[in-house]
Amino acid sequence: MTAPTVPNDGLISADLPVLTRKDFVTDQEVRWCPGCGDYSILAQMQKMLPELGIARENIVFISGIGCSSRFPYYVNTYGFHSIHGRAPTIATGLKTARPELTVFVITGDGDGLSIGGNHLLHAMRRNVDLNIILFNNRIYGLTKGQYSPTSEFGKITKSSPYGTTERPLNPIRIALAAGATFVARSVDRDTKHLEEMLYRAAKHRGVSFVEVYQNCNIFNDGAFAAFAEKEVRAERMVYLEHGKPLRFGKNNEHGIRLNGFTPEVVENAESDEGLLVHDAHAENITLANILVGMDYPEFPVPVGVFRDVDAPTFDQLVQQQVDEAIAKGRGSLEEVLRSGETWVVE
Amino acid sequence: MTTETQLKSEHSVEELERVTIRFAGDSGDGMQLTGTQFTRTAAVFGNDLATLPDFPAEIRAPAGSLPGVSGFQISFASTEIYTPGDRPDVLVAMNPAALKTNLGDLKPGGLLIVDKDEFEPTNLKKAAYDTNPLEDGSLAGYQVVPISITRQNELALEGLPLSAKDKFRCRNFYALGLILWLYGRTLDTTIKWATEQFKRRPDILEANLRALRAGYNFGETTELFRVQYRVPPAKVPPGTYRHISGNEATALGFVAASVLSGLPLFYGSYPITPASDILHELSKLKNFGIKTFQAEDEIAAIGAAIGAAYGGHLGLTGTSGPGLALKSEALNLAVMTELPIVVIDVQRAGPSTGMPTKTEQADLLQAMFGRNGDSYVAIVAPCTPSDCFIMAIEAFRIALKHMVPVVFLSDGYLGNGSEPWRIPDISELPRIEWKYADPQEGKFNPYLRDPKTLARPWAVPGQKGLEHRIGGLEKSGETGDISYDPRNHHEMTLARKAKVDRIVDDIPPLEVIGPEEGDLLVLGWGGTYGSITSACENARKRGLSVASAHLRYLNPFPANLGDVLKRYRKVLIPELNTGQLALLIRGRFLVDAIGFNKISGQPFKIAEIEGKIDEVLGLRDEYVLEFTRSAGVSGG
Ligand SMILES: Cc1ncc(C[n+]2csc(CCOP(=O)(O)OP(=O)(O)O)c2C)c(N)n1
Ligand code: SF4
Ligand SMILES: [Mg+2]
Repeated sequence: MTAPTVPNDGLISADLPVLTRKDFVTDQEVRWCPGCGDYSILAQMQKMLPELGIARENIVFISGIGCSSRFPYYVNTYGFHSIHGRAPTIATGLKTARPELTVFVITGDGDGLSIGGNHLLHAMRRNVDLNIILFNNRIYGLTKGQYSPTSEFGKITKSSPYGTTERPLNPIRIALAAGATFVARSVDRDTKHLEEMLYRAAKHRGVSFVEVYQNCNIFNDGAFAAFAEKEVRAERMVYLEHGKPLRFGKNNEHGIRLNGFTPEVVENAESDEGLLVHDAHAENITLANILVGMDYPEFPVPVGVFRDVDAPTFDQLVQQQVDEAIAKGRGSLEEVLRSGETWVVE
Repeated sequence: MTTETQLKSEHSVEELERVTIRFAGDSGDGMQLTGTQFTRTAAVFGNDLATLPDFPAEIRAPAGSLPGVSGFQISFASTEIYTPGDRPDVLVAMNPAALKTNLGDLKPGGLLIVDKDEFEPTNLKKAAYDTNPLEDGSLAGYQVVPISITRQNELALEGLPLSAKDKFRCRNFYALGLILWLYGRTLDTTIKWATEQFKRRPDILEANLRALRAGYNFGETTELFRVQYRVPPAKVPPGTYRHISGNEATALGFVAASVLSGLPLFYGSYPITPASDILHELSKLKNFGIKTFQAEDEIAAIGAAIGAAYGGHLGLTGTSGPGLALKSEALNLAVMTELPIVVIDVQRAGPSTGMPTKTEQADLLQAMFGRNGDSYVAIVAPCTPSDCFIMAIEAFRIALKHMVPVVFLSDGYLGNGSEPWRIPDISELPRIEWKYADPQEGKFNPYLRDPKTLARPWAVPGQKGLEHRIGGLEKSGETGDISYDPRNHHEMTLARKAKVDRIVDDIPPLEVIGPEEGDLLVLGWGGTYGSITSACENARKRGLSVASAHLRYLNPFPANLGDVLKRYRKVLIPELNTGQLALLIRGRFLVDAIGFNKISGQPFKIAEIEGKIDEVLGLRDEYVLEFTRSAGVSGG
């Protein structure tokens, strides 16, 4: 008797169906608070999914716990609403066992960076081919308004009536440090940009990490309003595009340049000369790290793809070792049971 | 295979039924290797045998120190045996520390072979000896054979281009050669092994073989030993045999489960003593399509196993007690999502970090109840090292057929212990039934249960038309949607419990060894099988009405357990914990079971259980465990 061949071969449907947004809507009533930023992320996702040309049954959404993690119930694919912080582990197991599937991880700032910080780190370090979308509302929504690891220093919340005494961390910086091969940021309100980021994340081979600034209008309303509202966006956000100089402003009139390792705003920069040119494909993360340090109000907030590089994925490498071993001869149970020294009793 | 040495006529030969030897030395002295080599020779010769390695807790404790002592005990016999023996007949002590920590176990009058060269002031001091025990008369109760092993070994290796340290390292082969001679064994098996092992180091090979032969010839030529011993081969069922440890058998059992089911195996684990060997074994076997994942922690390991099971593969995770504690929340997710994962717990001693290298069976209640909510999992427990193979297959057979997580409770004693194993024919192995959900029209309900087993359908990503959402939130049994309906939660909880209870129809009845009814039933589970079975056999030989039974299925219990319990006037439950099975048995069957509990990190001795049996039957006063000195000192 020999080792099994993968029995799921027949299960994956090969025909590429033409799907629409509606195909990805479930019969479940969406239960987020009216006005919650999660609605927009769901809508952009449902709009984006048909563009991937992947059959519904081959897509899986895996989430942890939190308002954001309710997401899988609303997407008509396979879905797994797991436990707090552990979605990356389940996704890693699934994707490693079944590399042919397209796997999304939906997480929150508490889910992904507090209780599940370790798993998030390691999923990114390993470059598992997952699409991780972190809904950052800088608050614990589901548990009704405690501060999170991304809440600003001194923030007054239910669990910090005198203001927090801890410093926040920056999710993009964590992703870069962990070696994530695709790192992007977008905002719930900026629907077109968000859809594009989701699409590019899904298309990237390797781990994709997308931080989405998401408004929790109940417990942390307006957290990103100062720069993300439509009227001020052009002035207060800078859209990163590979190979292009960093420009922002209503008419793209301002720019960013480097003074040593320090970014500077160049108001009314007439020529592109001297402006910082974005390189998302750089192996070295120094530039991306400088960009991630820019924050409102000193700087426009960078959104877009910070990093997009190629590297072998964990799931492929594991599969490759298995394939190579099998190519040398499929394991036989009779033989392995008889390995080592044996003797016969008559 | 019975090519024995021609026994020289100068030495008389005494035939023995069973011998127990303990090799003890510094952890750098290669005692595990010495023991393993002797074991292989005895196994190939056809003896029945059992082994018990005893590792020091520290990887590199100071040389010659008490915590640095490493031991390996083997019992081999011409009859069937179940344990590595209570007390060794022979102790080989390579230094004073080894003597100090092990002497208490040696049988009175036992043979004590020591390397007398090591009994010099520095080593004696490290072992906290004020006077040299070889000279102060304290060993009068034993047959002491002091041998100049270090020096003799040096002489044998004279002229070889090796450092003094490398030469010193060959002392264990000298000792091995001597013991092989003493029991009339050939050097063949060891020579074959060493030749393969040191293929690339001919110098080391040469040195080891010289030391081995020198030890052997020493026995042959000196007058120190007047007798050579013979332990004839055991009568065992015909077949092809190999030697196997519990952890090896566990790994191979799960490989077999994969082959038998035709489903690829995924193993997620985080290194932990004494379970890591399973990860090492499985990670070698990629040509079986096995994927192993060394996770960032135990939570990730079980999460990944759940992910693999969700994907339609065999999701397996393995750990020891502290890791099981970390896995409990995720295990509950598997309970709630009703996914067929298997969790191995190779139990070790104590709460928290406890005594990692020592054995205990104290996680039964953790496996049974250690989760929030009313949460039921199936539990199986192998009872011998080779039984790990069968129970591993059983674990997945149950998990897949009943769509339920299964905990596999092994322990350090089983995992590291070893025995000869008749390699089963593949056709003897159980079938593993499973199926993915059938395709269907309309909305798919992932909780539509099989009317007989109550298993839910296994719909895996990639199956068209069965897209569905599961998770840890309670679901409606009717639709599979989230539900907070009171009646639904009541019914789903009962259904999850009933699903586990119904496994009872799918497992064998409890077997009783000994009288069908009588004065006493000794009931056990897990690694205590050998000691309990032997103790009860001895008791029956003494004319007592004592039966034994061993539970390999702990949740659910076999159907006939209640019946069996009623047929004896008394029930004794020996456990290496404070009475966990006893609590379950008392609660479930209202039987006044008597507990016998040992929590020393060491397995039961046969004599201990016999002592307790006698007490329970009124044949003696209260039996109190007499801990050997070594348990106190070498515990680490
Ligand atoms: C083990 C565990 N601890 C705590 C909780 C309670 N809990 C649920 S969600 C949550 C925080 C969620 O915050 P975030 O991840 O930011 O998600 P959001 O609700 O803001 O989308 C907490 C603490 C839990 N469900 N499980
Ligand atoms: S609490 Fe906040 S994050 Fe949660 S659903 Fe309501 S608005 Fe959204
Ligand atoms: Mg949040």
